[in-house]
Amino acid sequence: MSDASAVAEAQAGARVSLGVIFWTFLMAGAISFGGGVVAYLREYTVSDTKWLDDEGFLDALEISQTLPGLNAVNMSVIIGDNLRGIPGAIAAVLGLVLPGAVVIMGLGAAWQEQAHNPQVKAFLIGVAAAAVGLLSTVTLQLGHKQFTKPLDLAIIAATFAAVSLLRVPLYIVLVVIGSAAIWLYRPGAKHARLEERTRHLRERLRHRHYIHLRH
Amino acid sequence: MAKLLNLAWVFMLLAILAVGGGTAVLPEMQHMTVDQFHWITNSQFRDVYSLGQVAPGPNMLMVLLIGHKMAGAMGALVVGLAFFLPDCILTLVANRLWVRFEGSPWRTAVQHGMAPLAIGLMLAGTFAIARLSIFNLTSLLIAASIFGLLMWRHINPALLVLAGGLTYLLLPHVVHLFPH
Repeated sequence: MSDASAVAEAQAGARVSLGVIFWTFLMAGAISFGGGVVAYLREYTVSDTKWLDDEGFLDALEISQTLPGLNAVNMSVIIGDNLRGIPGAIAAVLGLVLPGAVVIMGLGAAWQEQAHNPQVKAFLIGVAAAAVGLLSTVTLQLGHKQFTKPLDLAIIAATFAAVSLLRVPLYIVLVVIGSAAIWLYRPGAKHARLEERTRHLRERLRHRHYIHLRH
Repeated sequence: MAKLLNLAWVFMLLAILAVGGGTAVLPEMQHMTVDQFHWITNSQFRDVYSLGQVAPGPNMLMVLLIGHKMAGAMGALVVGLAFFLPDCILTLVANRLWVRFEGSPWRTAVQHGMAPLAIGLMLAGTFAIARLSIFNLTSLLIAASIFGLLMWRHINPALLVLAGGLTYLLLPHVVHLFPH
């Protein structure tokens, strides 16, 4: 068991059972319709159970966003791991994805039967169009700081152009633009120093905004 | 068996490339599953994505349906494990190492550099879904009005997604009631 889990347990006052972890994430996974899973996780793990405080939640979100993978799933791994180590992480992730997995398999079966039903088709096109509006908002609000800084705007534009217009394979985009971007923000570089001054406040605001938005 | 291995390999690769989350990896997923391997068509990709929007939990659970379409229940299981397990393990390891890099200037450099990259990838993901779903005035209006509504105030996204689907389904009939 890691130090982090010991700390979390001390904070919680008692050892949280695996069943409770599973059940809590199951609830979050079952009622988070239309995305916004992270906001529901906050509701359950910070507000209700007090397994971690806002600061701890934002720290976990910071790790989740930097790593590949879905934020909500990565968050579940971290919170579960901090509570009960690897079994806790497994219980959390299973709880989170199980309701959605069951529902989507059911929907998928119905969809395959109704493959040529024009009304089903029309409904799903409308849902996808709605998702475009939703995704645009999330992207804009999540990146509202990046969209106002020339260097970041250039990185955003280069990434978008490479993936959407030039169809460059993603691994090349990640390696080339990723290393260039990290180099531009390398310790001691001009952009990094500017950034450092507002870093803490900005990150916090950005995350608050994000959680708020997806609620 | 070869099919299952192929599914596993592709979705493991997508999992590792999913920097910036599920939306960020959508264009690559579409490219690999539609153009490269012809597992599904573009319109099926759009339908499956929409089903993910309607189901609770992470939207990207829709990958299970691609696996199911290719190789039944076993395909769904393989794709689910391939797409979720690598990132879970990576996060578990990082969670235990992260504190060690606390205050490291390179950790900050990685975060600052990768943030705009992730936003660019999300933009590309949004564009990929837009290309599949916005091809007439109705769909454009749905996307634009939901964008406007959400910028104006906070509304439960699940309701908006359902409203979008119902609008596209019903609008032609409603318009029909009022002939010019």
